Amino acid sequence: MAYLQQIAFVVLAAASIWLFARNIGRIRKNILLGRDEDLADQPGKRWKNMLLLAFGQKKMFRNPLVAILHFIIYAGFVIINIEVLEIVLDGLLGTHRLFFEPLGGFYTFVINVFEWLALLVIVVCIVFLSRRNVLKLKRFISNDLDGWPRSDANYILVSEIILMSLFLFMNAADRSLQNLGSAHYSDTGDFAVSGFLVPMLKGLSEGQLITLERVCWWVHIAGIFAFLNYLPYSKHLHILLAFPNAYYARLNPVGEMDNMKQVQNEVLYMMQPELAPPASADAAPMKFGAKDVADLSWKNLLDAYSCTECGRCSSACPAWTTGKKLSPRKIMMDTRDRLEEVGRNMRVNGGQFKDDGKTLLNDYISVEELRACTTCNACVQECPVSISPLSIILELRRSLIMEDSNAPQEWNAMFSNIENNFAPWKFSPDERDQWTLDLEQKG
Amino acid sequence: MHVPTMAEFLASGEQPEVLFWVGCAGSFDQRAQKITRAFVQILDKVGIRYAILGKEEMCTGDPARRAGNEFMFQMMAYQNIQILNGYHIKKIVTACPHCFNILKNEYPALGGQYEVIHHATFIQQLIDSGKIRMKEGGTFKGKKITYHDSCYLGRANDIYDAPRHVIEALDAALVEMKRCKSNGLCCGAGGAQMFKEEEKGDTRINIDRSNEAIDTGAQVIAAACPFCNTMLTDGVKNREKEDEVQVLDIAEMVAASMA
Repeated sequence: MAYLQQIAFVVLAAASIWLFARNIGRIRKNILLGRDEDLADQPGKRWKNMLLLAFGQKKMFRNPLVAILHFIIYAGFVIINIEVLEIVLDGLLGTHRLFFEPLGGFYTFVINVFEWLALLVIVVCIVFLSRRNVLKLKRFISNDLDGWPRSDANYILVSEIILMSLFLFMNAADRSLQNLGSAHYSDTGDFAVSGFLVPMLKGLSEGQLITLERVCWWVHIAGIFAFLNYLPYSKHLHILLAFPNAYYARLNPVGEMDNMKQVQNEVLYMMQPELAPPASADAAPMKFGAKDVADLSWKNLLDAYSCTECGRCSSACPAWTTGKKLSPRKIMMDTRDRLEEVGRNMRVNGGQFKDDGKTLLNDYISVEELRACTTCNACVQECPVSISPLSIILELRRSLIMEDSNAPQEWNAMFSNIENNFAPWKFSPDERDQWTLDLEQKG
Repeated sequence: MHVPTMAEFLASGEQPEVLFWVGCAGSFDQRAQKITRAFVQILDKVGIRYAILGKEEMCTGDPARRAGNEFMFQMMAYQNIQILNGYHIKKIVTACPHCFNILKNEYPALGGQYEVIHHATFIQQLIDSGKIRMKEGGTFKGKKITYHDSCYLGRANDIYDAPRHVIEALDAALVEMKRCKSNGLCCGAGGAQMFKEEEKGDTRINIDRSNEAIDTGAQVIAAACPFCNTMLTDGVKNREKEDEVQVLDIAEMVAASMA
């Protein structure tokens, strides 16, 4: 019987790790569909960013209360995972509470810390669920989250509550068995939180308690494996990708737009033809800006997978908060959805993308959304995991103007004014210094 | 008072300390021209050797680039850099955060490397070094003033304190809006929005922002950007508060308060 459990555990663990690795491999491949962008410079600054922004969650602390609540779930997740190490080893070796013998009283202390954290995590998850479903915070009920994204968030919180409860009930059943003096259940002493559940299990027989303990153990670890495999399909992937995303965050001032070297050169050769290299017949035609996900930089695509749809960007966006169609959060969600679609398309077509008549621009993100952006960088400032929705918006705008010549009439007028009068308004360049006349007359 | 140009300096074989980049709004927009004049009055009074490019200045290309027209931007950048480098410009001051951002952050990659300083910082330095002294009991003494952060000065370039120091030097009572500094709300003009109608929505961004500023009870809304100034002035008019609430650039406030 014990061997059967060990074999079942090995099969479950191997299958879930294989599945997870396969899905992460697919995500990596999708991200690498993006344009090259060198973001490996200044490793010192990058490690610092990762430490402060991802590990230390620095930007979350713009709202300290929520930051502390979020930090509890995060710390709970990381620290309680130490216990998962024991659970996995027990599963593989067919042992029970492997670390108790060598650690003794310290073991009970550590489990008690985990139990307190588990309780805190449950409380915070309930708070977070009520923020979404009872208090209905604006950024959680807005229509850019309709459908799957809203359910996704609730599934994650409910799963965490279930996992933590299983952990506590497992300990309570274990302690009850210890009290009965059942074989294999060594006396660890009372547990801090699950101790309160022990009286609830009073009427159960030894057999029932063993079943309860085993079921909690199995459902808990199976739940963890399931959760692991849920990540690649969920916004919850941020728990992993926040780290590389902070590391590869752009280090330039946020006001600086990416330079288009090819356009710079084209203008240079136009102005100084003597510098132009001889024209080559097989030069690839230039492509400007981004029409689809593969035209974006790989960092934009990593951004899309790192987004946890919290909506801080949209809550700060001047366009979204005044009722425009643009939601920076939706820009990120659309980018990920389209990228997933392109990835699936390539997998069923032997690694080649088969034209599906769709693009990120127009089919996912509309012109009206792009036109509403003021490039104010509030979304970039707000994002706790170093995402830039603005970068994607600007690349799509470039495609709209330079590939499709799609501009509102006022912008076309502005362009032609700049071209002809060197100012965005229709004034003669000769009048540029007329403001000095008043001063000159004053003497 | 004479506003010297680079061409004049070149003719006399001299070099100014700093080039004042006026920008399109500062040159052509009637409201922004007042800011420009206030700033050169400060420069003149302090005795800074400055010059403007005059008719040789062109749009930096900011609205074109943000709209998505990289060609137009590169054309303008090329021509401006030719002129600036031709005059061997080392240091530039400008009263426009959009020009400031482009000159400081985007021209270097194209061969235009200058020390670029925004007029908020420039004025603050003049105050700190004692070159600007304020009148006793100036116009703004004790007045409630709120400061609106320009996105391209604040978030884009991390300049939050300089304009506030300038306001404090006027002995004014600075009141902050809820959304200030890195949380500041845009005026609605950036990203070439200034040059088109706003997209459909519940309200206009400048109205939302102006209401927030008016609701602080401030008598003056201070700005450090000619575009913010226009947007907020419109917003104040929309609320029919133009008789009670002034929208002023920090340069205008300083020029009116100098001893």
